Amino acid sequence: MGLTCSCSGGNERVLSALEIGEGGVVSKIAGDGSLKRRILEMGLVPGTEIRVERKAPFNDPVSVWFRGYELSLRVDEANAVLVRPAGCAGCSGGSR
Amino acid sequence: MSWTIALAGNPNTGKTSLFNALTGSNQHVGNWPGVTVERKEGRFRSSGDEVTVVDLPGIYSLGAASLDEEIAADYLLRNRPDLAVVVADASNLERSLYLAVQMLEIGTPLVLALNMMDMAAERGIMIDVERLSALLGIPVVPTVARKKEGIEELKERITRSLRENSAPSLSFALPYGERLNPLFEALETFLGERQELIPGLSARSAAVKFVEGDVAVLAAAESSGVRNSMDELLAEKGRKVEEELGYDLQTAVIERRWGFVSGVTAESVQRDLSLKARLTLSDRIDRVVTSRSLGLPLFFLVTWAIFRMTYALGDPLVELLEGVFESFGEWTGEFFAGAGFSEIVSSFVQDGLIGGVGSVVVFFPHIFILFAFIALLEDSGYMARGAFVMDRVMHLMGLHGKSFIPMLMGFGCNVPSMMATRILEQPRDRMITLLVLPFMSCSARLPVFVLFSGIFFGAYAGTAVFSLYVLGIVVAVLAAKVLGSTLFKGESSQLVMELPPYHVPSFSMVLRHAWERGFLFLQKAGTFILLSVIAVWVLASFPWGVEYGSSESIVGRIGQILAPVFAPAGFGFWQAAVALFFGFLAKEVVVGTLGALLGAGEAGLAAALPGLFTPLSAYAFLVMTLLYVPCVAAVAAFRRETGSWAWTFFMIAYTTLIGYGGAVLVYQGGRMLGLG
Repeated sequence: MGLTCSCSGGNERVLSALEIGEGGVVSKIAGDGSLKRRILEMGLVPGTEIRVERKAPFNDPVSVWFRGYELSLRVDEANAVLVRPAGCAGCSGGSR
Repeated sequence: MSWTIALAGNPNTGKTSLFNALTGSNQHVGNWPGVTVERKEGRFRSSGDEVTVVDLPGIYSLGAASLDEEIAADYLLRNRPDLAVVVADASNLERSLYLAVQMLEIGTPLVLALNMMDMAAERGIMIDVERLSALLGIPVVPTVARKKEGIEELKERITRSLRENSAPSLSFALPYGERLNPLFEALETFLGERQELIPGLSARSAAVKFVEGDVAVLAAAESSGVRNSMDELLAEKGRKVEEELGYDLQTAVIERRWGFVSGVTAESVQRDLSLKARLTLSDRIDRVVTSRSLGLPLFFLVTWAIFRMTYALGDPLVELLEGVFESFGEWTGEFFAGAGFSEIVSSFVQDGLIGGVGSVVVFFPHIFILFAFIALLEDSGYMARGAFVMDRVMHLMGLHGKSFIPMLMGFGCNVPSMMATRILEQPRDRMITLLVLPFMSCSARLPVFVLFSGIFFGAYAGTAVFSLYVLGIVVAVLAAKVLGSTLFKGESSQLVMELPPYHVPSFSMVLRHAWERGFLFLQKAGTFILLSVIAVWVLASFPWGVEYGSSESIVGRIGQILAPVFAPAGFGFWQAAVALFFGFLAKEVVVGTLGALLGAGEAGLAAALPGLFTPLSAYAFLVMTLLYVPCVAAVAAFRRETGSWAWTFFMIAYTTLIGYGGAVLVYQGGRMLGLG
């Protein structure tokens, strides 16, 4: 396992900064404690392809599509999810 | 033989339907020890075996990131059921499997119920059941719980596994890969030489969970005094792995677990669930329902319609029930009197007993109707959308998007709205919502407002009533803010909520849910309400022979003692104190009591009240009526929902203090402005 991603580091953004319809690949979940664990266990792990599906009025919460289902997160919570652009060679799907 | 099995699964996988299909009407509802999360238990028989099914809360994982997960994990680890059935959503297999894999890891013997096979088929998702079964090493049974398909096969498979007493899961080892494995092995060797950290949990599983930072395992390591040694073992090698991966060990373990789940899904499901495969109908509905322009108006419309319909349909039934109990009470009273019983007996039966039972039963229609609507919202998938569009606004007040529904329902009656806080999953959100709900002005307070306003404020009566409603909302919002940043400061509030695909709700599920809630209220809150009504009857009737609730009765005397306390609020006379006391039974009773005490009847109050109140003290009295302790039924509902007498007494005390403080503030402030 373990291809080092060639484009990690560059162009990393928080999930909440993505526009509706924009996609990406999760690179990291920041922070610690129960929020981080919850986000990870819901399936937002490094390597997961995601797409921002919709945003609520006032742009908070945001809703993300991944692994065949849709999950909504408050902007505060989505700020813990770091995303890099999709289509980075060797990055998508993680290291399996 | 008799066995105990657990039923686990994600929310929105049809777990409740499956539980009902398995156990029929053979169910019992209780609570998990020490908490108010509901615990359902049912039974079924299959080929001579008696199987008890314990329904675990609907959860996504065992990580103990929420109370529900903590309960489920704790039950699986400490009670060790003979087997667990995991309900998976066949149309969303990948997400469902994560929980199943976690359960396999802690050595729970499993049967996987692949539910909603019909929906999966509709979406063109084909699952190779045998392949899935082989990959996970557990029996897999396809079901459609809503149509009762596959239930007999599932029962048969469960009892067969139980008899074989096979624990294939014990041999389950998830391939964590060459980076993480050495870490686990080091810890496993270390733990293997010692007593099990958690009885029944293998050294390997404990090692994985330790690296993952599982709260329960960390605590167990701490209390066995091995935490430091384990941390040291992990420190050097762990840091190297973290550096290589670019993220921490917790992320690494959970990422590998998901990697395994994705692998199993990819091998057993045809048609990929990637970004392109969208549920188009659900998506099209959502484009309207959650849109920035229509999302909120639509949600307000839906909740307003529910509010109107609950009370429009329920009120006639309540009136009918009230009439029945009143006539029945009078009839029995006369019967007892006619049969030669003393007046004390007939009065007790009529006003205490039958009146008390009546005051419990009248809540049933509203609870039933409201919960039918709530079940519709939850089952259809709209509830999550409502929470999604409302969350920003409600979060400003320190509440959750879903809190809006109980808060709104509070304008009708606090009792069903307190029960409606069950839609909130997190204890913090539930507690705060429950604590501020009494300030939402329920319909029973309206007659008091209308009568007083009509007498004292003439042309401004409407404005006065409206101002009281606004005041209730303002106090509720302020209280929520203050509670959230003081008593509940440390507890985080999370949204992280699935937006499940829409589906047509099952009519029988909705009715069953509504009936269950109504029945549980009668059962669990009924005794408390009945006892309180009887206590009030005693206080108002004794010493025996005095006129009911008069100045010579116990309550009248208490009123005389308390009267000076209310002087700063402008209503320091015993009749007001007694009226407020009776308002505890039901707030509209305040009017009738004042009428009786002033010897005027409700009709004569217009002439009698201005002798006691000025417009200013009347308004202060209304502020008190709005904010002080909610009625006995609401207190009973609160006690039932929190499961705590301490919180119940806190609620009684703080609402009454705020009510009193508000009344004093209005009266004294008004006087300073020269209004009184």
